Amino acid sequence: MIQLVFYVFATVLVASAAMVISARNPVHSVLFLILGFFNAAGLFLVAGAEFLAMILVIVYVGAVAVLFLFVVMMLDIDFTKMREGLQRYAPFGAAVGCVLFAELVMAGLHWVTSPAVPAPITGGLGEPGGPMTNTAALGTLIYTHYILLFQLCGLILLVAMIGAITLTLREKPTGRRQRIDRQHGRMREDTLEMLDLPLGNGTTANGGFLRPPGSYYDTAVPGSYGIPSSDSGEGEAK
Amino acid sequence: MNSAIAQIGLGPFLTVSAALLVLGVFGIFLNRKNIIIIMMSMELILLSANLNFVAFSGAFGDLSGQVMVLFTLTIAAAEAAIGLAILTVYFRNRGSIQVEDVATMKG
Repeated sequence: MIQLVFYVFATVLVASAAMVISARNPVHSVLFLILGFFNAAGLFLVAGAEFLAMILVIVYVGAVAVLFLFVVMMLDIDFTKMREGLQRYAPFGAAVGCVLFAELVMAGLHWVTSPAVPAPITGGLGEPGGPMTNTAALGTLIYTHYILLFQLCGLILLVAMIGAITLTLREKPTGRRQRIDRQHGRMREDTLEMLDLPLGNGTTANGGFLRPPGSYYDTAVPGSYGIPSSDSGEGEAK
Repeated sequence: MNSAIAQIGLGPFLTVSAALLVLGVFGIFLNRKNIIIIMMSMELILLSANLNFVAFSGAFGDLSGQVMVLFTLTIAAAEAAIGLAILTVYFRNRGSIQVEDVATMKG
């Protein structure tokens, strides 16, 4: 039974991987990649790595593959022109692939475990009194034995996040963004003018509003609100 | 040894993993002009490495392999994010993502 499950997952995984590299439409490639990741998660489940199977679905399908799909759909690219050199490189690639597969099979058939191999790090899984699930055992390992690597991973993700934002952030000339320094540097005297008006005078000329001499047009980015910052005093109160 | 892996054996897992790796390398050769497919092929290669880690981890009852898969997943996610960001910026500047055009960036 478990063999049948394994071979179904493995067959679909290899077939979808073949479709990823041979599909004409890159969107189809990404969709086959998602199918392949789901089947790889199934293989992980068969191998007993429940937590990693779920992480694979969440991280790869939910984040990476959707990011690929997003980029493929966002960039307006003529993909038919990119398939011109297909025939030229296919025999060379097939030769390299055959050699690589033969080497891998040879390596896979002739390996032995060294007698000096250290005891396996089980994280207490399967021992009496230890954690009962794969997730708990992984957690005990990550937060004790591999804590430095774990924190390094967090650092790498932070650097990747900052790098991706820095690369793709585009400074727009217009937009209703704040100038924090000017906002914080504003004094009460710059903006607020106390007027002593007779009853009913002065407020109706401007639509019922009194605008301070230095209004928010000064602190806004030039060009936003549709008004150049040079004639910001147009709404000034009389 | 994990019971499911004991029934199936380590060999089929390694064979599937080797097939994935070869498909990934072949995909890089096949789609030399399309950098998005090349990045997807790299994901396939990383997945085959992960499959090897998980298979050996299950076969030997050693959880270190699964911890390594966790770290590999992190690296793969960071690599995909940075690579696609570079791709987006390059497309914005050049209007194409032809791999041959990237050679014009050198000095």
